[in-house]
Amino acid sequence: MIEQLVAPFHYAFMQRAFLTAILVGVLCATMGTYVILRKLAFIGDGIAHASFAGIVIAYLRGTNFYLGAGLVAVITALGIGFVHRRGKISLDTAIGVLFTGAFAFGIFLMSRQRTYSVDLQSFLFGDILSVGPQDVVMIVALALVVGIVTTLLFRSLLYTSFDPVVAQASGMNANAVEYVLLVLIALTIIISLQAVGIILVAALLVTPAAAAYQLTDRFAPMMALSALFGALCAVGGLYLSYYLASASGATIVLVATVLFFASVGGKQVRLAIARRT
Amino acid sequence: MSDAIVVSDLVVRYENVLALDGASLTAGFGQALGIVGPNGSGKSTLLKTIAGLLPPAAGSVCVLGKEPRELPPGTIAYVPQIEAVDWSFPATVWDVVAMGRFPRLGMFRRFGNEDRKAVRRALAQLRMEELSGRHISALSGGQQQRAFVARAIAQEPRVLLLDEPTTGVDERTEESLREVVRELVGAGLPVLMATHDLERASDWFDRLVVIDRRVIAIGTPDEVARSGAYAAIREHTHTHGHMRTDR
Repeated sequence: MIEQLVAPFHYAFMQRAFLTAILVGVLCATMGTYVILRKLAFIGDGIAHASFAGIVIAYLRGTNFYLGAGLVAVITALGIGFVHRRGKISLDTAIGVLFTGAFAFGIFLMSRQRTYSVDLQSFLFGDILSVGPQDVVMIVALALVVGIVTTLLFRSLLYTSFDPVVAQASGMNANAVEYVLLVLIALTIIISLQAVGIILVAALLVTPAAAAYQLTDRFAPMMALSALFGALCAVGGLYLSYYLASASGATIVLVATVLFFASVGGKQVRLAIARRT
Repeated sequence: MSDAIVVSDLVVRYENVLALDGASLTAGFGQALGIVGPNGSGKSTLLKTIAGLLPPAAGSVCVLGKEPRELPPGTIAYVPQIEAVDWSFPATVWDVVAMGRFPRLGMFRRFGNEDRKAVRRALAQLRMEELSGRHISALSGGQQQRAFVARAIAQEPRVLLLDEPTTGVDERTEESLREVVRELVGAGLPVLMATHDLERASDWFDRLVVIDRRVIAIGTPDEVARSGAYAAIREHTHTHGHMRTDR
């Protein structure tokens, strides 16, 4: 058993993969708490898809992946926030238009390249084993930024998530906090793209937090539990994918999905017990 | 002493609707000002504009000598008429009341003993101590209203704005709300409160203002009652109130 747990660590790329998986799992699940409570799941999905255009442009021009994807993701996040506040179109319409457009643009550019199919797949579904030493540095740095800003804004994010109008009246800047949150979510998505890919990152943003939501009725415990779930899913999924020779991103998300249904079941059991006593 | 709140010729628009059209009034420190008027007369708009949630289209709002958005965080506490919060949000009564402390703490200060004391005091004032660990979804309407007022008190604001806090609450809630308002007024706060309950106005307020997009009458509750604006408003509420709900 110990042997099986240690075995993957003989490879440097697996060590990097585990570190990345834990960071991504914890970060997505933490930000996921806000995504769930502010009902931003669709926004997360939209930002991830839109960042594809940035990835392709960066790829074709030979510039840094994080720079390309990051710029497009942040611009999309701010754009969505702006449309949400000012626009006369509904938010889901705006996201639907913006993100499919950007995604299609990415595919359009990619399809004009001869070798597109192989690379396209790794962008869409992620390839955590391909995370290099430089990527790790970038991921750790971005994770630190997101972690520090989230800690500093913890109370503002909490109050404006629950009651933005009253928070605003009491002197907080609910609009600014929302924009910062959208940028944080965009950065989280960028960090996660290499690990789980564009299609699956939305699941990591939503599923662990949704599972935690079933089991607790206070905010801070929900966030802590969600982060724990995120880490467990990432590590568990990675081990499983190592021994089952399955795609890592998909396996991580599947573990999270199973955990979610277990949480729903756990809640039902808890309610049933509460009703009896 | 100068007035705590000065509203001059205030005009506020929503899209094409003129919600306030030249309203002027003042409120002093240690004074409870009741705001009455028919539905759609601009009571909520007035409070929201004083809270800095709506920009004036013309005229001005001056709170403690400044524009509302320029005041230090935590200065104004506002309790809206309908709390449009998600009741399944993971928060207990304690958590909600504790949020009242957040604006003054800013980014760097810790939530300390002082803050916990303020939360406990606010809970005690609204007789909610025993409910402090309860999830917000498990509260009655009156208890929810008390929790939000407790949050406003815990904020230790310098101005309190209440939008029809007594609508649809039980007598016990109304009683404890009135005590709280009188206590804060006694401590020197200006309290502005929209209400439709004209009968008990003199128990609640030092001054009463009747508005219908602009100020119709202002004075002590007795003066306003004698002026006849009172009766005119009730008449108005009766006829126009029903028409508005049909829209």
